Amino acid sequence: MSSNLKRRFINKVFVALCSLSTLLAVGMLALILGSLIVNGAGGLHLSVFTQDQPSPGMSGGLRNAIIGSIAMCVVAMIIAVVLGIMAGTWLSEYSRNSKYGQAIHFLNDVLLSVPSILVGLFVYEIMVRPFHGFSAFAGAVSLALLAMPIVTRTTYDMLQLQPNTLREAGMGLGASQGLVIRSIIWKAAAPGLLTGGLLGFARISGETAPLLFTALGNQFLTLNMTEPMGSLPTTIFQFAMSAYDDWRNLAWVGALLIAMAVLTINILGRVMTRGGKR
Amino acid sequence: MSDSALSQPSRLNRLFPSGSFGEMIFRSLCFSAATLTLVAMAGIIVALAIGGWPAFKAFGFNFFLSSEWNPVSEVYGAAGPIIGTLITAFLALLLALPLAIGISVFLVEFCPRILARPIAVAVELLAGIPSIVYGMWGLFVLAPWFAHYIQFPLLIHVSPDTWLGKMVAGVPNGANILTASLILAIMILPYMASVFRELFLTVPAQVREAAYGLGATPFEVVCSVIIPYVKRGLIGVIMLGLGRALGETMAVTFIIGNTHSLPHSLFDSGSTIASTIANEFTEATSEMHSAALTALGLVLFMITFMVLIMARLLIGKRS
Repeated sequence: MSSNLKRRFINKVFVALCSLSTLLAVGMLALILGSLIVNGAGGLHLSVFTQDQPSPGMSGGLRNAIIGSIAMCVVAMIIAVVLGIMAGTWLSEYSRNSKYGQAIHFLNDVLLSVPSILVGLFVYEIMVRPFHGFSAFAGAVSLALLAMPIVTRTTYDMLQLQPNTLREAGMGLGASQGLVIRSIIWKAAAPGLLTGGLLGFARISGETAPLLFTALGNQFLTLNMTEPMGSLPTTIFQFAMSAYDDWRNLAWVGALLIAMAVLTINILGRVMTRGGKR
Repeated sequence: MSDSALSQPSRLNRLFPSGSFGEMIFRSLCFSAATLTLVAMAGIIVALAIGGWPAFKAFGFNFFLSSEWNPVSEVYGAAGPIIGTLITAFLALLLALPLAIGISVFLVEFCPRILARPIAVAVELLAGIPSIVYGMWGLFVLAPWFAHYIQFPLLIHVSPDTWLGKMVAGVPNGANILTASLILAIMILPYMASVFRELFLTVPAQVREAAYGLGATPFEVVCSVIIPYVKRGLIGVIMLGLGRALGETMAVTFIIGNTHSLPHSLFDSGSTIASTIANEFTEATSEMHSAALTALGLVLFMITFMVLIMARLLIGKRS
């Protein structure tokens, strides 16, 4: 009887600890989002989007950083989506359990979690050092390298979900394997492929470390991909580490914008997979 | 699927000429894209090795053993950042692991149905918030709070000669090894909790119900049925979490204090490999300084590569 009581007591403590840890985590994360809104929402004026970043003590916004971020992310996503979908397609449709295919699949999973700062160092060594200059294009390439494994992985998973009968039906009509993939499999998996792109986009839109020594940063608005270009994360880093209050306030606004953007993209991706599976 | 998909060539299909030639082009394009993964992986290793070679050659084994990092006299010993990386990552794992298991068990076993999904989605969403946001929160909210409510009282009330006093010695500004580990723990927590939850959901209902049917309490079911069932995957996910903590850059750079000496206490400022690279790389003026930083990058790559490969092998076997 006493051992039974002890077991029940231990169980009660366990349930309480589990509930407590959930409460603690949810509370902590609410705290983070809350302080983001408290500190960032106040500075969220139209001027944030219409003016470039200021010198200390001047008024200004984050236009150059926002546009720079969008430009680099778009270029990166074009590269990553094209290459990622092709690579995922090869892994799912053509490699068919070959040793090489398994190795690539494994390496892609590893590449997925390689620290982003090392990808930045790599791109610095191959694109910045040889040409003696930081450039937005180098930044975009490093972001593409971070997004591509995600797109590849999602593409692979989504294509694997398509039933084999679909492929056989296409082949039975006399279409070649490539035509079946492009006209039937890709179309059937389209929402899933889009989700992969969105997940990759969500990952890179807040990336800071690799941009520090590829795109470097730029306090002026530019769309020239061969020059250094500002981006929201690097500007936040520079402003937050500074000693000026108005710069720090702008950093909070920037952090709020990035968090909101990433959350929106993630939710969009989530809604779309649910639509695709049904 | 309507028949138009096959009979009318789409714009995409017009790119590739019909017949075996176009087929071959498409196939080899896909193959090249997949091979790019291998090229990128090999490229990272080779580029870091070449870039860091001068530092390895100049300092040899002292690069790992010495903790003197001095860009002025051009002496680089990386023991400080390497130790700092390992300490913060393991501390973060130690803090986050019990919480992550608690959360996922709560979501799978105890949580009311209506709440389980929203909490799980919230946890997953928070795993995606960029590290720079966590870093800013750490710098402006956590660090001042920590200095005021924990560091000051400890400094005043604990004698510096005791064991505890030595552990908490340091400048009371909140930028130290422990707060950096805390931020890292907060960052890897949602990721680990959501993957643990998915793992626990793979345990077949019959197995759990059988254990309940034998009269086991939920605690016993979790400890002796669910966790043993997913053990391999569990260890794999822990390793992935460790990999994240090891390579995390921005959040740590904000809050660790960025000094290169070996940390003497939990409340001492320090640095990690990633934070050192992020701070100094663009300002490195001499060849040897950037070589030393690249060499640090290679060390970080080797550590995370090892951890990630072990993680993937453990997880891959299950599925």
